[in-house]
Amino acid sequence: MSEAANQTSAGREFEGTFRDRISKNKRQSLFLMFGFFVFVLVFGYIVGYAWVGDPVGAIFGVFLALIAGTVSGLLTYFAGDKMVLAASRAKEITHEDAPVLFNVVEEMKIASGLPMPKVYIINDSAPNAFATGRDPEHASVAVTSGLLEKLNRDELQGVMAHEMAHVGNFDIRYAMMVGILVGTVVLVSDFFLRSLWFGGGRRRGGGGGGGGYIQLIMIVVAILFAILAPIFARLLQMSISRQREYLADATAVKMTRNPKGLADALAKISGDNEVLEVANRATSHLYIINPVKNFEKRAKSMFSTHPPIDERIAVLRAMGS
Amino acid sequence: MGTLFTILLVVILVVLVIYAISQYNGLVKRRNEVEESYRQIDVQLKRRYDLIPNLLEGVKKYFQQEKDVLTQITEARSQAMQPQSPGEQAQSESRLSGAIGNLFAVSENYPELRSNTVLIDFQEELSSTENKISFARQHYNDSVQVYNTKIQSFPAVIFARAMGFTEREYFEAVGPERESVTVSYD
Repeated sequence: MSEAANQTSAGREFEGTFRDRISKNKRQSLFLMFGFFVFVLVFGYIVGYAWVGDPVGAIFGVFLALIAGTVSGLLTYFAGDKMVLAASRAKEITHEDAPVLFNVVEEMKIASGLPMPKVYIINDSAPNAFATGRDPEHASVAVTSGLLEKLNRDELQGVMAHEMAHVGNFDIRYAMMVGILVGTVVLVSDFFLRSLWFGGGRRRGGGGGGGGYIQLIMIVVAILFAILAPIFARLLQMSISRQREYLADATAVKMTRNPKGLADALAKISGDNEVLEVANRATSHLYIINPVKNFEKRAKSMFSTHPPIDERIAVLRAMGS
Repeated sequence: MGTLFTILLVVILVVLVIYAISQYNGLVKRRNEVEESYRQIDVQLKRRYDLIPNLLEGVKKYFQQEKDVLTQITEARSQAMQPQSPGEQAQSESRLSGAIGNLFAVSENYPELRSNTVLIDFQEELSSTENKISFARQHYNDSVQVYNTKIQSFPAVIFARAMGFTEREYFEAVGPERESVTVSYD
């Protein structure tokens, strides 16, 4: 994790790396989709073999996996943002519903030169915010009602600038795909393991000999795969966004020219003890501050989805002085 | 041997042409970004002019005794909308801001106005529009910086000027908080 090493100089270094960050995010998103596809196909092969007990079953499994993988891949890319927003129970708003929020987003849209994103409110008293979407033309930003209540205008502006920074450098695409594809892997593995309780494969009666052995091995491999895949998927999700958060903080300051606003906002959000009920393990990495409390203290190491909040605030305070 | 040389020459030429096209298109894209961000400033200035009559209408009845506060704003607004030199523009914009500030100052004398939602909305919309104007100018300067750097750097520096890509001027604020259009636009 050498990415975390240059954190303190993030404010000065990000300028030249902005374009690189965009292409890196696009590349990683593509790679992620590819990895997901490989997982689905391999899983289809093993489970097909384990279920039916011969290579024909394996090919049938791959065929089914190909269809399921394509459908879920397309759904993730084109409707992932809607899934995330629906899972967070976010409601789209217009200027009339929340003028200050809408104005602040418009201000940051102008400062960043990006298209106007859709604006959502999550009715929850815990202050937090996230952005999602596949590109800046199809982006959404969401804030909790608690954030609107507890932050002043400058702080809200800092938070929205941070979110627009994620939009502008395509962090949103990668984070959205990680969230949903990781969720899918976990779900599929879980579903498979549970299905074992209900009778497992329909083994062919007198198949006997070598075929039976291979089937048994495949069942064991499938179980191992179903246990390990979600763990790898989680590790992937947890290791993505440290550098991204520093970069988004720095870009936000470049937009607002006011590091104090974001620093105060981060202090307020992290100091708040309320729990964001709509956040779950698949969406926690999207938020400006990890909504799963006490997580940061436990895992300050490479598995944390967000850099320790105190360090982020310190970097911002240093910019202001 | 002769054909190999010809093929090589053609390949090099094609690569050069593709490179030149991408360079040119890159410059056009940057120039359009500069122009777009310049237009955004105008959009926000116009928005401020459009905002004023609507919101004045909402607070009119509270200002029966202080009509001149409202007429000052109306006059300053129509003057700011006149075509004029950048210097004059700066002055009339500042008069408009002053007149609006005066309205908020006067409204402090009326307790029932301090909680008036129209006035609160007015204040939010106006201050947000002022923010938008300054963010639009900031973004204009950012895109001018990128564009100017590009045409001053190799290889664009060789042909950019000949093809009509010239440096744009930055927007400079006149006073500490004065926002006026002092950008010369060629």
